[in-house]
Amino acid sequence: MRKKTNLLFLYALAFLVFLYGPVLLLPLFSFNDGLYAIFPLKGFTLKAYQQMAHDPSLVNALKNSLMVATGVSIVSTSFGLLAAMGVTHYKLPGRGPIMSGIMLPMVVPSIILAVALLVILRQVFDIPLTLWTVGAGHVLICVPFSMMVLMARLEGFDKSLEEASADLGESGWMTFWRVTFPLALPGVVSSLLMSFTISLDEYVIAFFLSGLDQTLPIFLYSQLRFPQRLPMTLALGSTILFVSTIIVIVSEIVRRRGVPTTKPSGL
Amino acid sequence: MSDAVRSGIAAEVTRGKGTILQRYPWLHGYALMTPTLVVMLAMLITPLVAMVVRSFWTQNVFEVDTTLTLRNYLQIFGTGEKTTYWMGIPFPFTNPVYVILLVKSILMSLAVTAFVVLLAYPMAYFMAFRVRRHKILWLILITVPIWTSYLLRVFAWKIMLGFNGIINSGLIKLGLIDKPLEFLLYSPTAVMLTLAHAWVAFAILPIYVSLEKVDRSLLEAATDLGDRPWERFWHITLPLSAPGTIATALMVFIPTVGDYVTPALVGGSGGSMIGNTIQILFGRQNDAPLGSAVSIVMMAMVSAVVCLFLWAVGYRKIRAREAI
Repeated sequence: MRKKTNLLFLYALAFLVFLYGPVLLLPLFSFNDGLYAIFPLKGFTLKAYQQMAHDPSLVNALKNSLMVATGVSIVSTSFGLLAAMGVTHYKLPGRGPIMSGIMLPMVVPSIILAVALLVILRQVFDIPLTLWTVGAGHVLICVPFSMMVLMARLEGFDKSLEEASADLGESGWMTFWRVTFPLALPGVVSSLLMSFTISLDEYVIAFFLSGLDQTLPIFLYSQLRFPQRLPMTLALGSTILFVSTIIVIVSEIVRRRGVPTTKPSGL
Repeated sequence: MSDAVRSGIAAEVTRGKGTILQRYPWLHGYALMTPTLVVMLAMLITPLVAMVVRSFWTQNVFEVDTTLTLRNYLQIFGTGEKTTYWMGIPFPFTNPVYVILLVKSILMSLAVTAFVVLLAYPMAYFMAFRVRRHKILWLILITVPIWTSYLLRVFAWKIMLGFNGIINSGLIKLGLIDKPLEFLLYSPTAVMLTLAHAWVAFAILPIYVSLEKVDRSLLEAATDLGDRPWERFWHITLPLSAPGTIATALMVFIPTVGDYVTPALVGGSGGSMIGNTIQILFGRQNDAPLGSAVSIVMMAMVSAVVCLFLWAVGYRKIRAREAI
């Protein structure tokens, strides 16, 4: 028995190396003083990072991405919260099919969503492609995630708290602000952070639905074609990795606080 | 206040309470879901329907002909005199490139899915049954890669597998090879490896959840009745975790068939998949109707494979067993 445990533990370690190894190469080489990402490393430098700060199109793409991601996270969390309340508080007829419909964007290949949206925006309604269309596309893929996170949170708490508030004479609106919302808050925070990262990282939909304004992933992708710009691309990639890792860790800690780890619905 | 007035007010109040919303409380639920449902209707259902309609139109250089025809589908499935062979499979189509790419994408995705599930299952098992302390740490460790940039992970593999990449330069340093291995990058293998790496973290959580739900007393009972650990796993743990594992397989398989970033970055011409064709049709070739038709055929074929798979593993039996 003892031996088996160790074998599985070794497997888990090897798994983590496989999972993290390739990705950690990006920050490693971003500090390397050389044009190619090859061993042996040459010397430590922050040149690439300085270069990054002075690239106007990068700064612009970053600004665009932050705007879109902020808007998307707020909209998708509000929609997700309302929908999660609807699903958890009421016995909805036809809940099954509706839920699978809402969760569909999580499994449909994003290229299908992107081209379908492109067709309807450009050829049916003739709406020009801007950051707004990118944001709309991102809301579509973020709402299911927001809803899932918030449903898990809302299912966990005692419904009698809301009933008590209503019995004590609070209006529906005040009950929401003073009971439901504070209880859902960890879920709200993690949904905000999660949709923010999804939007910040998303490439395919952004590529199809953006006009002339680049978002960060589009900029990054366009840089991959130029070998001489590799150091800067690596630096940019490492920065994105670092920021999204921090956001994900914070969001996970917030979400799991108070949820017993043995409870699978807490995932 | 007279009794008549009082009862009149009471009647008014009851009638007021008897609104549709009061009688059917679930309408409140749907009212709350309205924004989400509008998003889904406007941005998921309508575009997909528009795409289906468009697939029956045709593109004439600059204009779209809106008469309904099957021309796009004939372009995909039209049979001709010559038969093209791909991996020994005959494709008797005039223009076999689409069907071959579809079959190739599905086969590659199936391989990726199998690989991902085989890699993820032991890890999920470890986390569900062996980890006692620091469970949150393990959970976070496998959650972080899910949400950190997909594009960057593909990029990392490009650096690893490249002509001058880490693997090639490392092997040369070690004296194992004297020329860089060209097949590492820009091949179906590179695409499958990268896809597996990108999706494997995603696969652990659902399997972990289903393993975590397995009733431990069943395992104790099996041990008491003399089952060896392996038998115990085979008779209890594996069947009980089957639904989660099957769901995971679908969650990996369906999106990877249409993936286009990975083949575009590490696939080269040999490793390209159907997603790249769709992108080209909608982009450079400016043939949205044919692109729509290819997309729809892809989704139909994916659904067919999914149904076949669920039938083959006896999903209905598994579900029925779950319900008991």
